Amino acid sequence: MKKIILSLLMCLGFVAGAAASEGGIQWDKFPQEKVSDVASLQNGAKLFVNYCLNCHSASFMRYNRMRDLDLSEDQIKKNLLFATDRVGDVMKTSIDPKQAKDWFGTTPPDLSVIARSRSGGGGTGADYLYTYLRSYYRDSSKPTGWDNRAFPNVAMPHVLWELQGQREALPEVEVKDPHNEGKTIHQWAGYGPLVGGTMKPGEFDSNVGDLVAYMVWMSEPAQATRVRIGVWVLLFMGLFIVFAWRLNAVYWKEVK
Amino acid sequence: MAEFKQVPADAPLGVKLMTWVDNRFPATQLWNDQWGKYYAPKNFNFWYIFGSLAMLVLVIQIVTGIFLTMHYKPDAALAFASVEYIMRDVPWGWLIRYMHSTGASAFFIVVYLHMFRGLLYGSYRKPRELVWIFGCAIFLCLMAEAFMGYLLPWGQMSYWGAQVIVNLFAAVPFVGPDLALLIRGDYVVSDATLNRFFSFHVIAVPLVLLGLVVAHLIALHEVGSNNPDGIEIKEKRGADGHPLDGIPSHPYYTVHDIFGVVIFLAIFSAVVFLAPEFGGYFLEYNNFIPADPLKTPAHIAPVWYFTPYYSMLRATTDEMLYVFQAGVVIVALAAILKGRFGSVTKIVFAVAAAAVFVAVGGLKFTGVSALAGIDAKFWGVVVMGGAVVVLFFLPWLDHSKVKSIRYRPSWHKYVYLVFVAFFLVLGYLGAQPPSDVGNRVSQIGTLIYFGFFLLMPWWSQLGEFKPVPERVTFKAHH
Repeated sequence: MKKIILSLLMCLGFVAGAAASEGGIQWDKFPQEKVSDVASLQNGAKLFVNYCLNCHSASFMRYNRMRDLDLSEDQIKKNLLFATDRVGDVMKTSIDPKQAKDWFGTTPPDLSVIARSRSGGGGTGADYLYTYLRSYYRDSSKPTGWDNRAFPNVAMPHVLWELQGQREALPEVEVKDPHNEGKTIHQWAGYGPLVGGTMKPGEFDSNVGDLVAYMVWMSEPAQATRVRIGVWVLLFMGLFIVFAWRLNAVYWKEVK
Repeated sequence: MAEFKQVPADAPLGVKLMTWVDNRFPATQLWNDQWGKYYAPKNFNFWYIFGSLAMLVLVIQIVTGIFLTMHYKPDAALAFASVEYIMRDVPWGWLIRYMHSTGASAFFIVVYLHMFRGLLYGSYRKPRELVWIFGCAIFLCLMAEAFMGYLLPWGQMSYWGAQVIVNLFAAVPFVGPDLALLIRGDYVVSDATLNRFFSFHVIAVPLVLLGLVVAHLIALHEVGSNNPDGIEIKEKRGADGHPLDGIPSHPYYTVHDIFGVVIFLAIFSAVVFLAPEFGGYFLEYNNFIPADPLKTPAHIAPVWYFTPYYSMLRATTDEMLYVFQAGVVIVALAAILKGRFGSVTKIVFAVAAAAVFVAVGGLKFTGVSALAGIDAKFWGVVVMGGAVVVLFFLPWLDHSKVKSIRYRPSWHKYVYLVFVAFFLVLGYLGAQPPSDVGNRVSQIGTLIYFGFFLLMPWWSQLGEFKPVPERVTFKAHH
């Protein structure tokens, strides 16, 4: 009887392996420590305001919440306020969503909670965004002239191209199809060399990391507070458990 | 006024106050009957904390729900933004929101474990059938409450999950489309649906839930609690009239439950503060995208606590209907040829079986399409609903000689283990996209689930039962 149950339970192993994989590539790991680095977050805020707000809104994010990033209201007003005059406003974009849909084929999504919404089997939403923003390459067959390995046929162009530089894809190579005898498939052969770009690859990766860190922070500004308070709560609960346990023991000694 | 209890003039203020109240409202008597002097078995174990925890989580949900309702806007254009407003701009709003979302999942974990305790110790057996039935009604209401609550954030998964499930009701013959229209308030899930789900989630279903919980507890206190040995403690009373194996709930179970509650709250806090999304199972990633009626997600799955039943729904294909038809024939033949029933009863069985046979699969196997039965989609809904409804009948399905698993034949434990294992497997598969292997395993799981219950009148009697002790097994705490 035990053997039958065991073998049935082991069948689960086969089922688990049958999970489907999605389009796109494996995601790189986002450097998580950047989310607790204020300098990173401030740089990310700067990049976000300069490069993203032109088309994307972050309509749940208030400018003055950036005081949590050790920025004064004055600093926010002077350096980060382009689309509005009031520091208590939310980060709306100035692009007309209808025109954006005309130009790009789809309205650029709001980025307030983008880092939470893109999590999946491949990793966290931050992993995805970090990979996505560094996976662009030139493709003249696409309407924008760009394609992206993490999001094939994406409607968004490479906004950070001036920082990273341009690169094309090497011609795909034909290899044997592992699933079909006698057939071949086209396989990705890697990126070509980077041309231009004001940042070196390491510097660019670090800046993209800052930008993604900012988006992670923006998707849940209360996160740092939550974790900090949580530690204290759990310490208190630990103490409480000890007292509740001993109180219970004292009363139950009487029960025969 | 003559029956008023009098207290001396120099009695403490508290005593005077309580006497004033007790003369007009049975406050002290209620306290004593329901908790203070309610004698419960002294051998409660770990499995007996989940009833109190369920009540605690209900209170948590109601209180956090009240505060959420102060800021939430039940309008399709405003709902998603109002939730983010709560998360960012309302002081401590993020904490209230996370407590409510974690509480919803915690409610189901607690209730599933609470029900499993009932299964283990025969808590649904006579004289506690009504306690069990109220409990099953609570479970149904809880599922409705959770389903409607999930639409409120108006995310992609909220919208499309509601769309899928409400469309299932359209599969009911004759009244289906009108029924779905009535539920939705519109031809697709829309602002109208959101408004009425809000009303049901905030007031209609909670009122019914509270009423059912009160009925559940009154029914329990009327007959007294069961215990892990499954013996009736009221059968052996002491000189004071109290059960020998009973202890007053206060202070013993007050402090015992405080201990259990504190452990639960520690785990609950760990999730709320450190992992509120819980890997995308408590707060789904997809739900951070505002609902878009024009964009269907690649993979629509219900929240984790519905996945076992969702598996059974998906498992009910046209092919599966043939299996059900075969099952009906086998059961009818077994009842007629081997059962100890009168001849009239047997004829009724045969006719009923034939009717069910035709209704379920039609005469599809003849190849005449006009003779096909009702769509498999409808039967999937019936199976999904039936999986919950079958629970109501448990008191009459269990023909075991003893109440508790402790005194059943040892191999019964393996039957329960297989049942639990497959329930978990069904749950896992319900969250995955459909696959050939997954479908087969779901179908086997569905048959095992229903076999466990529907064949229980037969298998629960089999085997060597162990002698049930006279007094409860209790190890004194030192």
